[in-house]
Amino acid sequence: MTAEEKAQVVLRLDGITKRFGALTANDTINLTLRQGEVVALLGENGAGKTTLMNILFGHYVADAGGVEVFGHPLPPGNPRAALAAGVGMVHQHFTLAGNLSVLDNITLGTKGLWSLGSGKSAARAKVKALSRDFGLVVDPGAKVGRLSVGERQRVEILKALYRDARILILDEPTAVLTPQEAEALFATLRRATALGLSVIFISHKLHEVMSIADRCVVLRHGRVVGEVDTHTTDKTQLAALMVGGELTLPRAEARTPGAPLLSLERVSTPDRGAVPGLKDVSLSLCAGQITGLAGVSGNGQAALADLIAGLALPASGQLALRGSAVVGWSPRVALAMGVGRIPEDRHHTGSIADFDLTENAVLEAYRTPRFSRRGWMDWRAARRFAEELIKGYDVRCPGPDTRIRLLSGGNMQKLILGRAMAPDPAILLANQPVRGLDVGAIAYVQSQLISARDRGAAILLISEDLDEIMGLSDVIHVVSQGRLSPAFPRGSVAVADLGLWMAGQGFEGGRHAA
Amino acid sequence: MRLEPIANPTTARRLGYPALAILATLAVAALLARIAGADPLAALGQIATGALGSKLAILETLNRATPLIFTGLAVAVAFRAKLWNIGAEAQLYAGAIMAVVLGTGALGSPLVLPVSALAALLAGAMLLLGPVLLKTRLGVDEVVTTLLLNFIMLLFVSYLLEGPMKDPMGMGWPKSAALTPEARLPRIVDGLRLHWGFGLALIAAVLVWLIQIRTTLGFEIRAVGQSPEAARFAGMPVNAVLVKTALLSGGLAALAGWSEVAGLKGHLSQDLSPGFGYTGIIVAMLALLHPLGVVLSALFVAGIFVGSDAMSRAAGVPTYIADMLLATALLFMVLAILLTRVRVVRG
Repeated sequence: MTAEEKAQVVLRLDGITKRFGALTANDTINLTLRQGEVVALLGENGAGKTTLMNILFGHYVADAGGVEVFGHPLPPGNPRAALAAGVGMVHQHFTLAGNLSVLDNITLGTKGLWSLGSGKSAARAKVKALSRDFGLVVDPGAKVGRLSVGERQRVEILKALYRDARILILDEPTAVLTPQEAEALFATLRRATALGLSVIFISHKLHEVMSIADRCVVLRHGRVVGEVDTHTTDKTQLAALMVGGELTLPRAEARTPGAPLLSLERVSTPDRGAVPGLKDVSLSLCAGQITGLAGVSGNGQAALADLIAGLALPASGQLALRGSAVVGWSPRVALAMGVGRIPEDRHHTGSIADFDLTENAVLEAYRTPRFSRRGWMDWRAARRFAEELIKGYDVRCPGPDTRIRLLSGGNMQKLILGRAMAPDPAILLANQPVRGLDVGAIAYVQSQLISARDRGAAILLISEDLDEIMGLSDVIHVVSQGRLSPAFPRGSVAVADLGLWMAGQGFEGGRHAA
Repeated sequence: MRLEPIANPTTARRLGYPALAILATLAVAALLARIAGADPLAALGQIATGALGSKLAILETLNRATPLIFTGLAVAVAFRAKLWNIGAEAQLYAGAIMAVVLGTGALGSPLVLPVSALAALLAGAMLLLGPVLLKTRLGVDEVVTTLLLNFIMLLFVSYLLEGPMKDPMGMGWPKSAALTPEARLPRIVDGLRLHWGFGLALIAAVLVWLIQIRTTLGFEIRAVGQSPEAARFAGMPVNAVLVKTALLSGGLAALAGWSEVAGLKGHLSQDLSPGFGYTGIIVAMLALLHPLGVVLSALFVAGIFVGSDAMSRAAGVPTYIADMLLATALLFMVLAILLTRVRVVRG
């Protein structure tokens, strides 16, 4: 390496190791970042990406190894030092104050307590210059609470730039964006690198990595398993590196649907704060069909899921099961009517962390004659049922007496899936069923959904991952601002078109119509 | 300094820290006795012999433990569902009032005990019904409502004892008339000052334990306490479960007052409870909310009280030492339980 090349290295992670109990989240990881470069950190959920970035940013202290920024070692466990050294991080979940203006959010915490002059005009000028240079269009005077998700992300990036960040870390930045917004973000990143910034881009989406990154570091089980130049590799090779072997996700074959089992007729639900409720939504879930619901998160998916799960009632319109309007709708009635539910949040809604697998297995069915008589639980029957689920759904665990909090996300989800599937539900709500799972568990859960469909279940699949929606669904709807797009049969719609609907275009008279 | 959870604490850890907590409590007790001018070791010995040293001492400890078992169970049941019932003191007095209302001659002989017990149970349950409905319907914090009800109830009892319930033969003292002999709880063994309230308390502990681990209601109570969100999603009627829990909890606390009046005192006076309702919280917490553990921790707490009384008489140390001992015991125990599950890491 020549002296000139050495000088270009802006960030060096050297032998970072971090253990949590028996789990080694990061195992002697080395990584270098050069000026003007985008390095993608690619890996499954749980591969150790976020841990590594938390160490770099000073949230965690590494058990071994060190961080060097612009040639100077960074003191461990000190986020302030990382900021001062020019490292800026944009988290997956934004850290903005909704009731303050964009400018206030950006300057928050940068001014000394005793600086009386507000220096606002100077700050405004700086923000404007940054907006222009980096193509981050946002009105500095607007209240953050009123901005779209894409705009908020721009504010987060501006915040980092305002603090003179020379190294930007973006943690799964596209998870909350439409494909079009993601493109705009990439354009910004290209400008930033042209201006000499360096970027670490964390993702598990291969096409994004291929299109934005110069180099790609692949993590698996806490280790660097490959470091490749994106110009000399392809998606297949990256995927193989990422999962450690070839693995194809199941795809559903087309089938002719049966009768509608659950239908919504012109249903509206109230808004919940900034999250829109459903607006005049009509939808039918047919037997033997997977209906995919695409959309950027927070556009009414939760309202629809709550409705079907029995947690909410329509404010207007009708919810009908097998043609007749529901009466006394509640989770218990939904279960009795044959609605199986896989909730979005398996840790807090789908399971009780400190209950064991047996107790979690009968959480929904504990009142059925199989598990209780006259108010007395039959724990032996419950335990047998848990053992059946463990065996039948490949839940890897020490046994039915294990507390569910000790299971990995994938195994937890398999138990919840088994619990929902055991009564052979006619209707199945699958809300983000594979989010955060490893590829093996994803393939398993998806193949179970497909076989339930083939047995005649009507399935609603809610997901923010378009690839998942496109791969599994027989028909696709897009939800945006609480409104539902028309149904697109399998293969009749392109990703770009879905993206337009996700952004709110296509709805007649919609606020966001272009 | 940070806390890091330990997945599987070793046996040494699980037994060692509570043992250390007990030793630390004893050390504080010795220090307090020293400050009060007594010989620390002798004072500790006097606490032990005062609580356990003679047949009389043991019976006194068991009698003192009886109301604590009931209030401890009441708190343990409610806290298990994360229903913060701080009002066991008020519910205790509701039960005591029922013992007097039905036990001073209104009812015929064989029925009076079961009927007054049932009435006490209902009165305590009703007293907690208001706070729990305010919580489930309007989101009113039950800590505030149950706590304030304690003061309302104490003033109400004071009014009753100065007015309608005042014993006409009581020489002006604010106390109720005595219960008829049929309305009194019999002694377990003739001639010994231990009444059946203690037996009933043990039975109640076993029943509560069975409810918690064997019934659908117990399953619901535990689920609602752990995660109302998951319980609701799974189809459990969360609010109904909270109401049932409240009824059970209030009823149990009321039995404490009922058994004190019907078993021990034979009448109601304003000093019936030296804070049994509040001490029930300590009892339940020391027992980690386990119903059978409540029996053990109630015996421990009662022993400290009775023993400290004896020590105070012998060594001239104020009885306040008992309260301080309990407080330190609870603090050390809470710390010990935390330390069995997490370790302190620097940095």
